[in-house]
Amino acid sequence: MRRDLARQFLYDMLLARRFELRAAEEYAQGNIAGFLHLYPGEEAVAVGSLRAADPGDYVVSTYREHVHALVRGTPLGSVMAELFGRTGGCSGGYGGSMHLFDVERRFLGGYAIVGETFPVAAGVGYWLAMNGEPDVVLCYFGDGAVNQGTFHETLNMVALWDLPVVFLCENNHYQIGTEVHRHSAVSHVHRRTGGYGIEAHWVDGMDVRAVHEATRDALRHVREGNGPVLLECETYRYRGHSMADPAAYRSALEVNELRARDPLLTFREWAEGEGWVSATESAELDQAAERAVEEAVAFAAESPPPRDLHAGVHVRPLDLYGGRP
Amino acid sequence: MSQWKKGNDQAGLLAPARPAERLQVWEALNIAHDRVLAEDDAVFVMGEDVGLFGGSYRVTQGLYAKYGAWRVRDTPISENSFTGLGVGAALVGGRPVIELMTVNFALLAMDAIINMAAKMRYMSGGALRVPLVVRTPGGVARQLAAQHSQRLEHLFMNVPGLRVATPATPQDAYWQLRQAVRDDDPILLLEHELLYFREGAFDPEAEAPPMHAARVRREGGHFTLIAYSRMVEVALEAAEELAAEGIEAEVIDLRSLRPIDLVTLQDSVTKTHRALVVEEDCRFGGAGAEIAAALNERSFFELEAPVARVAGADVPTPYNGALEAASIPRPGDVAEAVREWMVG
Ligand SMILES: Cc1ncc(C[n+]2csc(CCOP(=O)(O)OP(=O)(O)O)c2C)c(N)n1
Repeated sequence: MRRDLARQFLYDMLLARRFELRAAEEYAQGNIAGFLHLYPGEEAVAVGSLRAADPGDYVVSTYREHVHALVRGTPLGSVMAELFGRTGGCSGGYGGSMHLFDVERRFLGGYAIVGETFPVAAGVGYWLAMNGEPDVVLCYFGDGAVNQGTFHETLNMVALWDLPVVFLCENNHYQIGTEVHRHSAVSHVHRRTGGYGIEAHWVDGMDVRAVHEATRDALRHVREGNGPVLLECETYRYRGHSMADPAAYRSALEVNELRARDPLLTFREWAEGEGWVSATESAELDQAAERAVEEAVAFAAESPPPRDLHAGVHVRPLDLYGGRP
Repeated sequence: MSQWKKGNDQAGLLAPARPAERLQVWEALNIAHDRVLAEDDAVFVMGEDVGLFGGSYRVTQGLYAKYGAWRVRDTPISENSFTGLGVGAALVGGRPVIELMTVNFALLAMDAIINMAAKMRYMSGGALRVPLVVRTPGGVARQLAAQHSQRLEHLFMNVPGLRVATPATPQDAYWQLRQAVRDDDPILLLEHELLYFREGAFDPEAEAPPMHAARVRREGGHFTLIAYSRMVEVALEAAEELAAEGIEAEVIDLRSLRPIDLVTLQDSVTKTHRALVVEEDCRFGGAGAEIAAALNERSFFELEAPVARVAGADVPTPYNGALEAASIPRPGDVAEAVREWMVG
């Protein structure tokens, strides 16, 4: 492992953790509203996989996507401003937490209907394949999403037409409050692609290095024209499904057990042990992350709210009666 | 005021034809597809049996051989996902034309159409555009029974972010498909299964009116009949029946249900003072309700009577042929409704 990559992993995860915890605080203060789905515990998946992707690759994500956007490079301030519903947000304040988009970084969402990410990823992949482009689509989804028809419909199409898609399942064990063995006849998601002839692997989603390696291999596999790949990254979310969920359906014991394998702490320990970063450097990175989040909040708070209901982005709403207001 | 509000209708369905080629609706759509595929590499066509087979209504016939599998793609029976695939491709530069075999199956693609295609531009703050065209046959055809005989335009009319066009003539089908492909926003073309093999004048070089502009198919000073899709035929037949009795009905083909060309409707009502909407869809909560309400609101002082409606019966379409015919407006129903109002 290279030293700069180790530092990058560490910084990304520290930033992600701080960003999400701060978002929870801002929510409690009333600066963020609506549904807010946070990512603590799952950082290794976004960081490990996205750091393996090229800038040309596309990313399609769900409503739990803040960290995907951050790691992809969307400015922190514009993500926070979107959570605040302000014009400085990456969707101008019109999308909110569940609908982040960043065209420049090929970050395409942001979908709040479980299962929508699959066809969108297939569509981007179709376009890439049709035009012989070298890029790949990274498609994120939870364990709960694999029981949607779109999962199976899409796997069939991407396999049939050999579309360049890497599917990244963030198996955090829960579909809101329903544990994976209660919602899926076969709870090992990677075993559910067999019927479509898609290569699939289980990955330790608490280990950023493992996710990184697996994604790198998967991307290479796809770029070499061997067809789509699915990676099941087994991970865990520490918090409830959203701010509205106190997560009473699971024991403190379970949470603490998983917390002991915290992706951030285990990686820091490892990186310090290997001599890739010193304890002082770790602390510095953490402080830098804290400052960055502080600045993001300040930016969001100062950003004006959008005023135009129609914003010129709607499909001619005022012309609904043939141009008569 | 729109130059398209009346007349200028040589290319219309039942209007006197200018010396131009005559074609059937499916042929006009076929030519439109051919042109858009030839003009722009970003266009691709996708749907069940649109490729090798050539489309259930022959609309995509010959295109697969000409453009190959990537541009004219046969899909599995996965309506929601291949429509969603169209959304994804549209987001990154593609201009997909998705054919949903019938509007009944479009229900399975409602997530892709309503939750995705229609919302992406707005909820991305304008950063994303979705130049997606969804074409789908629908309406009551011949004894296909309840699951295959629906008119669902009211479902799509209520969706901000979508446009809904309803071509009734070969010329309009050609124009509106080409306009839809050029547009950067999602557009639904609701075609009628009984119209595909209707013939009409066709001039591929004629200049197109705006996609949403209504057209006056028949002029008349006594009554305004407002129709769209196949009901334009029914309204025109009713108008002939009424003309024999000295009642001159003006027949307007709306062509678009979202937006609605209210300008043309108001102009007509200003002349006739009475209007009736003819729709194949069920009356309750349908397109006619919107049209009538908008016209009542805006032309109240021009109207001698509230805007009336003749619509399909509020029942699932029956299989039995006689019952089926009774479930949708017939020319006689329309004429009778007009007579009632003319007496008043
Ligand atoms: C089609 C649909 N059904 C239900 C919901 C409500 N819902 C939102 S998130 C969620 C659970 C999804 O779980 P999973 O896919 O495992 O993702 P995670 O939240 O664990 O990241 C549900 C049921 C939804 N948004 N969309």
